[in-house]
Amino acid sequence: MFRFLLKRLALTIPTFIALMFITFVMIRLVPGDPIEVRVGERGISPERLEQLRQEMGLDQPVWKQFLDYASSLLQGEFGTSIVSKAPVLQEFLTLFPATLELTLCAMLFAIILGVPAGVIAASRRGGVYDQSLMGLALTGYSMPIFWWGLILILVMSNTLGLTPVSGRVDLIKYYYEPVTGFMLIDSLLSGQKGAFWDAVHHLILPTIVLGTVPLAVIARMTRSSMLEVLEEDYVRTARAKGLSWTRVVGVHALRNALIPVVTVIGLQVGGLLAGAVLTETIFSWPGVGKWLIESINRRDYPALQGGIMLIASIVILVNLIVDLLYGLINPRIRHAK
Amino acid sequence: MPSDAALPKPVTAPAPPGPVRAFWRAFRENRGAVIGLAVVSVIFLIAIFANFLAPHDPMEQYRGFTKLPPFWMEGSDPRFLLGTDAVGRDMLSRLMYGARVSLFIGIAVMAVSMLAGIALGLTAAFFGGLIDVMIIRVMDLIMAIPSLVLAILIIAIIGPNLTNTIVAVTIVGLPRYVRLVRASALAELSKDYVTAAKVSGVRKFRLMTVTVLPNCLAPLIVQAALGLSDAILEAAGLGFLGLGAQPPTPEWGAMLADTRDLMLSHPWVMAFPGLSILTTVLAINLMGDGLRDALDPRLRRS
Repeated sequence: MFRFLLKRLALTIPTFIALMFITFVMIRLVPGDPIEVRVGERGISPERLEQLRQEMGLDQPVWKQFLDYASSLLQGEFGTSIVSKAPVLQEFLTLFPATLELTLCAMLFAIILGVPAGVIAASRRGGVYDQSLMGLALTGYSMPIFWWGLILILVMSNTLGLTPVSGRVDLIKYYYEPVTGFMLIDSLLSGQKGAFWDAVHHLILPTIVLGTVPLAVIARMTRSSMLEVLEEDYVRTARAKGLSWTRVVGVHALRNALIPVVTVIGLQVGGLLAGAVLTETIFSWPGVGKWLIESINRRDYPALQGGIMLIASIVILVNLIVDLLYGLINPRIRHAK
Repeated sequence: MPSDAALPKPVTAPAPPGPVRAFWRAFRENRGAVIGLAVVSVIFLIAIFANFLAPHDPMEQYRGFTKLPPFWMEGSDPRFLLGTDAVGRDMLSRLMYGARVSLFIGIAVMAVSMLAGIALGLTAAFFGGLIDVMIIRVMDLIMAIPSLVLAILIIAIIGPNLTNTIVAVTIVGLPRYVRLVRASALAELSKDYVTAAKVSGVRKFRLMTVTVLPNCLAPLIVQAALGLSDAILEAAGLGFLGLGAQPPTPEWGAMLADTRDLMLSHPWVMAFPGLSILTTVLAINLMGDGLRDALDPRLRRS
């Protein structure tokens, strides 16, 4: 297990170096000189320009600049936003809990509905339940989520008045200092009546929108993996032993069927963060996805550079953890050469 | 045992069906896949003949006919079957031309990805060693960045327009093609017919393209179908964010973004572009599922 861990860790190092390289090159390829971008359109004297170039290290050879960039990244320096003048890391960390809360809820929503849907479909293979569930799953998988979000807003918020349209909590009614950054926890901590339910109401639509695609993927994966497992000998043995169908499916088969599902859930993390960009834009959710889009529109390239570096690092890290977990639950991987 | 004379005359077995016919038989069994294929064909025809089918110019702004509802609602105009948008452009015509834009993006992405995926995947599989490691590392890196975020990064560098959408979406989707080709080529390389070809002196390039490649095609075709729907969805997402095809190009995603202010008062303006994206992607996915079941015998019965 230890060797497996070391090997897997060693594999991520070149990926990180390449990632640094790409974000480093990116800021150079972007139209416009970094200093011009920073000083705006007023223009500055040549002496001041030279001074700024020295300050920003732009007079150094390129390889030296890259090393400086890499070492500052390793020290947790992700640059400074041009617009807010705040360190990118700090900005990211204030916004990230909102994204994390949304993605976690979406993932939970997808797992809680997706796994049972897949199991039901597999155990009623070819029947009405199977066909309608899988039809729904394929529709969810094909859904343009930005449109789905607008439709839900239109129906649930504007026609039925069930849920709010945007934001994380009603700021006119409730105000409290963020403690954890997770609105569900903060609203409880604030002790204000109704704040928690308000936060829940704000979460419902974004969760559904972001969770739809993973829900479909998990349901489809659970079904096919379940069908495979149900043909195994030990399932027949369990049946022959006189165990009820529910017990065989729910205990014997499900546990083994879930192994590939766990991998798929892990692989969804990248997709969730990509979906978060769209979901946050639609619902004005103050997370990192919306912030990235705004950074592009404001031409805040350092923020974009740092943000992408951070998001990619998170995805790499999560994939690493999923791989390790996979090794834990599936000994065949752990011992593979 | 009775003598042979007592047995009925042996029936000669019918010749096994050719690969195309065998494929069609398996594909036809799947009702969803056939419906998907039919819908995709119709959308393709609409896209190709949009300039004949569309009742109006998709860019023409009819002043005085803005925000008309579709034909089944009160206050509609029979000249604009699906109504008009905020500046009086005909919705139906824009949707038809939008099919052209979306399918063009999807097919361009698919074609480039297939070619690049085959080239890189075969190179990685055949040369192995450092080349293999480098190609796979780069693909891993692309996969480490969430697709839409990477596409946004690329667009930020090269600027938002239709061609760059194709470039960005292709790069984002490429790893799946490369890994697929590499994996199936590696699996084929260990088979006897490849050894036989090597021993008989077939050159490496010929071995790669003529001997091995045709045997890797089945999963690649399935991937291409699913890649087509992914590309259309991704491009529409970029369009919606204002980073894809630029207005007034009638791109479905951009059309959706255009109508956000009208959403509450004139919901149908928003409904149609999204419905078009959903229908197209769903039909392609139905077809892709059928292709997979028909081409991949291991999955055929599931």
